[in-house]
Amino acid sequence: MTQKLVVIGNGMAGARTVEEILARNGCFSVTMFGDEPYGNYNRIMLSNLLAGVETEEGIFLNDLAWYRENGITLNTGTRIERIDAAGKAVYDAEGNATPYDKLIIATGSYSWTPPIKGIHHPKRGYHQGVFAFRTLDDTRGMIRYARDHERAVVIGGGLLGLEAARGLQNHVSHVTLLHAMGHLMERQLDPKAGQMLQASVEGKLGIKVITNAMTTEILGKDRVTGVTLADGTVVECDVVVIAAGIRPNTGMVADSGLPVERGIVVDDQMRVRGHEDIYSVGECAQHRGNLYGLVGPLWEQARVLADHITGTAGVAYTGSKLHTKLKVAGIDVASMGLIAPEHDEDEVIVYNEPKKGVYKQLIIRDDVLVGATLVGDNSKAASLIRHFDRGTALPEERSELIFDIGGAVEASPEQMPDDTQVCNCNGVSKGAVCGAVAGGCATVGGVMDKTRAGKGCGTCKPLVQRIVEWANGGAAEEDPAASWYVPGVPMPKPELMAAIRKHRLTSVSSVFATLVPGGAEDAKSKMGLASLLKMMWGADYVDERDARFINDRVHGNIQKDGSFSVVPQMKGGVTTPAELKRIAEVAEKYRVPMVKLTGGQRIDLLGVPKEQLPAMWADLGMPSGYAYAKSFRTVKTCVGSDFCRFGVGDSTALGIAIEERYQGLEGPGKMKLAVTGCPRNCAEAYVKDLGVVAIDGGKWEIYVGGAAGAHIRKGDLLTTVGSADEVIRLTGRFLQYYRENANWLERTYAFVPRVGIDRIREIVVDDVDGIAAALDAAVEEAVQAYRDPWKERAEPATPGQFRTSLPLTVLPQVPVRS
Amino acid sequence: MKTLTVLGPLSDIPLGEGRAYAVGDDMIAVFRLRDGSLRAVSAVCPHKGGPLADGQIDNSVVVCPLHLFSWDLSTGCSQSGQPPIAVYPVRADDGQIVLGE
Ligand code: SRM
Ligand SMILES: Cc1cc2nc3c(=O)[nH]c(=O)nc-3n(C[C@H](O)[C@H](O)[C@H](O)COP(=O)(O)OP(=O)(O)OC[C@H]3O[C@@H](n4cnc5c(N)ncnc54)[C@H](O)[C@@H]3O)c2cc1C
Ligand code: SF4
Ligand code: FES
Repeated sequence: MTQKLVVIGNGMAGARTVEEILARNGCFSVTMFGDEPYGNYNRIMLSNLLAGVETEEGIFLNDLAWYRENGITLNTGTRIERIDAAGKAVYDAEGNATPYDKLIIATGSYSWTPPIKGIHHPKRGYHQGVFAFRTLDDTRGMIRYARDHERAVVIGGGLLGLEAARGLQNHVSHVTLLHAMGHLMERQLDPKAGQMLQASVEGKLGIKVITNAMTTEILGKDRVTGVTLADGTVVECDVVVIAAGIRPNTGMVADSGLPVERGIVVDDQMRVRGHEDIYSVGECAQHRGNLYGLVGPLWEQARVLADHITGTAGVAYTGSKLHTKLKVAGIDVASMGLIAPEHDEDEVIVYNEPKKGVYKQLIIRDDVLVGATLVGDNSKAASLIRHFDRGTALPEERSELIFDIGGAVEASPEQMPDDTQVCNCNGVSKGAVCGAVAGGCATVGGVMDKTRAGKGCGTCKPLVQRIVEWANGGAAEEDPAASWYVPGVPMPKPELMAAIRKHRLTSVSSVFATLVPGGAEDAKSKMGLASLLKMMWGADYVDERDARFINDRVHGNIQKDGSFSVVPQMKGGVTTPAELKRIAEVAEKYRVPMVKLTGGQRIDLLGVPKEQLPAMWADLGMPSGYAYAKSFRTVKTCVGSDFCRFGVGDSTALGIAIEERYQGLEGPGKMKLAVTGCPRNCAEAYVKDLGVVAIDGGKWEIYVGGAAGAHIRKGDLLTTVGSADEVIRLTGRFLQYYRENANWLERTYAFVPRVGIDRIREIVVDDVDGIAAALDAAVEEAVQAYRDPWKERAEPATPGQFRTSLPLTVLPQVPVRS
Repeated sequence: MKTLTVLGPLSDIPLGEGRAYAVGDDMIAVFRLRDGSLRAVSAVCPHKGGPLADGQIDNSVVVCPLHLFSWDLSTGCSQSGQPPIAVYPVRADDGQIVLGE
């Protein structure tokens, strides 16, 4: 039979508990009361909202539709004033009764206000300019008020106070943090760690911190003008935020005759003592003498409560282990368990490097981690929290717990917990990788396809490989496709090129039809084949548009909302006032959401709807910068000998000449170049696919195979030459050799070491194989075939080439900065 | 979908590509496969809202342009653990694209 469930408090614990009950198909009709006027939002994120790194929409967990869809009656802005436990009903301020069969009290906490003279206004609650930091309305009010003011004071140097102070810096120019105790975060940090934190907060963030600061009075007649401390110091300010602690919302519950000590007293099933049908969960509940002020424990309580109320026997909440992290960008603090040893036998491990602001302390008892404090470096926080939570065995070598020591201690798949995130781009866990192997996929490539692990920046590929090998009992299955140029045509690149030549296959569809047994097409192979055929056949290539990736169909890079970016060519990073004006006019005319300088020394117009592209290109009258294609991208330059007092070569002119010549050249991967005027290397030439460095005596060094993206590699010195012309010639020859021989998507940083720089030098510089002339001729042909794709604008190349693919979406869906 | 909707001429969709159409409140991506047949699926990627009509296809799957997850065009099933996409009956009739049974 359906029972009436009433929940008082629509915050994080109340709503989560209801979610857990719904997930167990509990048979209840649910009514919730919340005295805030909203659905359920993520209170934790108020710090990020204040700091401007989260939006209001972004912090909602359950919007009003969620309540509707789940048949929950939600009474927002309604305070429950009394519980009649004998009559089984709750009463709101108007005296309306709501009967219940089961009641959950999840009233949370309120922000505690220390007794300070002048903090309240007789009519308005707080004095004007004084704010608590607990609710969305508090945060909104604070932001609105702070925007028009200059100096803020935060009272309280705990987690909340620090986050408030950091957030306020987003709105005012001076922030002072007043803390009544001797050091910051004294509940989580020992004095030494607290002082280290203070030094970082002052030095890195520029927040002024005063400890041992008892605030005694708020100054100002109609609004705040300052605060006075016990020692007589006056701190001028126009905003005051109180973050001095929280107290559970229990008054109404106690008045209703339920057992309240520091919080509402509950048993291990979260039932209020002496009341079979009333539960309490969250910050207002007191369990085994403890109150919790963090969400981790609330989630555990919610699960136990939901299990119990839906009839699972034998469940019990036995308390939580606490760990916290400070949510302030750039200031790493993590703390768990004890902050000081309690017994003589407790093992204490400390590392302290004051200059860097790094402090780490571990407390170990009977080989189990019972406390840890990290300041200035959280890199080991996740693994320490795991040890702390699960009480797992610790490594002999204790230093491994606080440092990553080279490759020797690289996590072995065996020790890694299932929920460890392996791929940080696509969020794939070790468990998911193992799941794919268990599901019958035992090749590395197959697992990557299935889970998308390793398909982002690619740095985790070796780890994915090790996990697949481990999960498959020692070795991954041989992946025949690993050597193929593209997954859908069973041939390595040299064989494939030979077959294409032999059968004179000039279109992608003819390659599938001729070279794939059964003739099946493969969507994921089309782009690589298109690139290869274009390189091989030049003008004779039959360009089937469906073989192109969307970027190459519309000559722009697709954005997360389906719009595109426009990056005009700006050779060598050099522009003119006239060009800048035109870009500015176009950006205004088309209301471009963001104009941004790229890392490639040009200007990106982001968030452009597809259908606007041709008109914009026409108005710009500049060629495409090819910022979207697997092709020659940019040549970064520095100012060089024309302006720089150290310059020994005209790097700007050479960079422009190289870009002029090789613009738009397509290849197996992106080709990014740079020319720099001296070895100070301001154009970062050592880490480019091809980098040129002017050296004294009119010479140029050419480096190849460098990278500073997902992989970092200094390029190998190919050769040193005596003229700019020689640089341009060898550049073309190297790029052509790369185009012909690299695998699809293999950047030079992988290609050069695979072939070996000595071998590449033999071919490109010394012409040992006698193919230099052929390489030069081939690249020359490609250069002659260059045509600016943005000319493809008067007449679309295909019907609906620039038609939107999101007909009902209003663009842009990206932030607009102008 | 009981009613028939004529979306436009077949020649609107180049061979091997897709185009998006608004049908009532739905956005539908229609693809013209290289074997000549048509497929229609919901136009919005269930992963993070990518425009599926801008994706590359072959005779069985569409690959979303944003994060390259793929779906079977006939069944709507994901091949990489994503939620399925809706599929709609569609055919060519007298040079027109017709949506519906
Ligand atoms: C716009 C820009 C960032 C910026 O705001 O400055 C940028 C934006 C993108 N980069 Fe980048 N990269 C940009 C400079 C760089 C640089 C620095 C440079 O070029 O000097 C690097 C490091 C150098 C390198 O390439 O190794 C860089 C390394 C990457 C990588 C990692 C490549 C690697 O193998 O290490 C990717 C991913 C990929 O290629 O698969 C990537 C991919 C991307 C993509 C195309 C992601 C995508 O596929 O959508 C981004 C497009 C955003 C958009 O919607 O337009 N971007 N990216 C820069 C454009 C430069 C330009 O004018 O052409
Ligand atoms: C700025 C900020 C940052 C934080 N950061 C973190 C963090 O990083 N990590 C972490 O673990 N925790 C953090 N916390 C703490 C975390 O938000 C709380 O532990 C959590 O919200 C408690 O959930 P709760 O449901 O018990 O209380 P609440 O979320 O406060 O919900 C209680 C709700 O009940 C309502 N209510 C009270 N009395 C009544 C009544 N009589 N009738 C009707 N409704 C009533 C209240 O208005 C409130 O909406 C942060 C808190 C703040 C304010
Ligand atoms: S622009 Fe580059 S670094 Fe930035 S989010 Fe996109 S791919 Fe990543
Ligand atoms: S949005 Fe389609 S794969 Fe991510």
